Amino acid sequence: MTAVLRAEGLGKRYGKRWALRDCTLDIPAGHVVGLVGPNGAGKTTLLSLACGQLTPSAGSVEVLGGRAGEGPAQLARVGFVAQDTPTYAGLSVAEHLKLGARLNPRWDDALARERVERLGLDPARRAGRLSGGQRAQLALTLGLAKRPELLLLDEPVAALDPLARREFLQSLMEAAVEHELSVVLSSHLVSDVERTCDHLVVLVDSRVQVAGEVEELLATHHRLTGPRRDPRRLPADQHVVSASHTDRQSTFIVRTDAPIHDPAWTVSRPGLEDLVLAYLDRRPETGRWPVLEVER
Amino acid sequence: MIWLAWRQFRAAAAAMFAALAALAAVLAFTGRGLADDYAAGIAACTVRGGGCSAYVQQFFHAHQVPFFALTAIMLVLPALIGLFWGAPLITRELEAGTHRLVWNQSITRTRWLAVRLGLTGLAALAAAGLGSLAVTWWSGPVDQAAAGNHPGFPRMGPLLFDARGVVPLGYAAFAFVLGVAVGMLVRRTLPAMAVTLAVFAAVQAAVPLLVRPHLDTPVHAAPAIAETDVEDLLFPRGGGSLHLVVKPRVPGDPAAWVLSSRIVDASGEEVSGGISVSTSSGPCAPPEHREQAERRGAAPCFAELERLGYRHRLVYHPSDRFWTFQWIETGGYAALTLGLAGFCLWWVRRRLS
Repeated sequence: MTAVLRAEGLGKRYGKRWALRDCTLDIPAGHVVGLVGPNGAGKTTLLSLACGQLTPSAGSVEVLGGRAGEGPAQLARVGFVAQDTPTYAGLSVAEHLKLGARLNPRWDDALARERVERLGLDPARRAGRLSGGQRAQLALTLGLAKRPELLLLDEPVAALDPLARREFLQSLMEAAVEHELSVVLSSHLVSDVERTCDHLVVLVDSRVQVAGEVEELLATHHRLTGPRRDPRRLPADQHVVSASHTDRQSTFIVRTDAPIHDPAWTVSRPGLEDLVLAYLDRRPETGRWPVLEVER
Repeated sequence: MIWLAWRQFRAAAAAMFAALAALAAVLAFTGRGLADDYAAGIAACTVRGGGCSAYVQQFFHAHQVPFFALTAIMLVLPALIGLFWGAPLITRELEAGTHRLVWNQSITRTRWLAVRLGLTGLAALAAAGLGSLAVTWWSGPVDQAAAGNHPGFPRMGPLLFDARGVVPLGYAAFAFVLGVAVGMLVRRTLPAMAVTLAVFAAVQAAVPLLVRPHLDTPVHAAPAIAETDVEDLLFPRGGGSLHLVVKPRVPGDPAAWVLSSRIVDASGEEVSGGISVSTSSGPCAPPEHREQAERRGAAPCFAELERLGYRHRLVYHPSDRFWTFQWIETGGYAALTLGLAGFCLWWVRRRLS
């Protein structure tokens, strides 16, 4: 499977501060990929580097096999809906479509018009007077009608209310299916991703903590609850993602391909949110947790 | 891209060109009558004899308000272009975040900026050109009168030179690109406008003071002190040195730009204080009474001064250098403008994110 986005040792530095550091990841084509991480994990920086908005300070990023943001041909292949979905406040909806048509050789005018009509946007209305949800939809329309092969969206729904959020993600999914788009969507909310994405990348401190298809991730992660136990005494094929202990009880989230036979455990399936939280909680430096009082 | 650049610029352009068109219309309407009046007045006083200086003075004073107002407009116009067209060009995109929208259309940001710079830059040239054409044409007779007036405002001088001919085009283009470059570095509209204004005002002041005098070797001349060039002459009662102040004006070329004007003695030394000539008797003695003063005038005294070797030493650029200087300076601004534009294009590609 080809990669739509491949980063190697990618870093971006502002002065002395690294916004993204030593990031290596590989996102396969043909998916709606959720890029999840806490604020400051480097999601925006990664997407800005991928669309050529920023240039890397270190490493390299390859998008659809080309160098990010290199020349108009590469720009035409990658759509980008930036954070807060910026639009020109003084330009009307129709003028935004005209802007898209003038600046993009592969512009799909019928698609843009049809979407605007379906969304009930008044073409004569200025973008500055649209609601947040409508503005996001307008920005998405611009991104889609450009007919890119890959669409990057940076927290597109962060500012929207739950209803607008659902509508936006819904129309994004429909469009992705209809146009066979690869989509990378960043969010700090797992619920958005859960609803939309079939592939997940968890990014913490520029590092990929886990990546894979959502279904597979859900199938291979288990929550084990049982008498207190040192995690190092678990079978070797069970990778402990997180552990929590009370005086008598231990709860682990483990990743394993094999079934769990130990009768001491009560086994349940963590939801996607629990799963992601388990990874976010992990100490990023070592990938381990402090042993604490386990050996007392 | 041209469509978008125009769409974003058209309101500002419409305001500017509407104001300029109104101004040009008023000037076109009144300019012909003004030129006719001046020509008729000069013809009349030439026929009458006795020189035209009184008429010139009167003509200048009658028209000095619009004269100074138009000159001020031409001096301020490039700064306005830099402040309101140049500085916000990039900062407004950065502040609204729309650069992230437009830079992800299928067009490189170098091309995006080149089109925006080109379109607005051409409009800046057109605005300055239209303004300068109208003002230069209308002010023609008043400029002549202003040179003959005292204090004189020669066309070569710092005030009028910047506001006439082709130099305003150079200033406007430079101010515009300066605003864009400052906006890119400062990234916020209001501070960018302030910095643009400060830098442009400094350039506008520094060029006539430090650069323009050296565009060509100034002419040195030391004519005899003419009675017509005297600004102040005081015969001290009861002896003492003669107090004499001359106008900084080149005889025969009132529109020349005088850099230095001094009275020197026979050895070429500058005379400071008074002139050591006998004022108790002889030609420079104060007249005894009114009839004598009117009959004799001051001419014998000036003959005496010339005999003693006193001269009016002038360093100046003659008025026939006007267009040479205009083109040289415009060329200098054109080079600065292109350099700054090149910097902007490089910066938007490499450094701005």
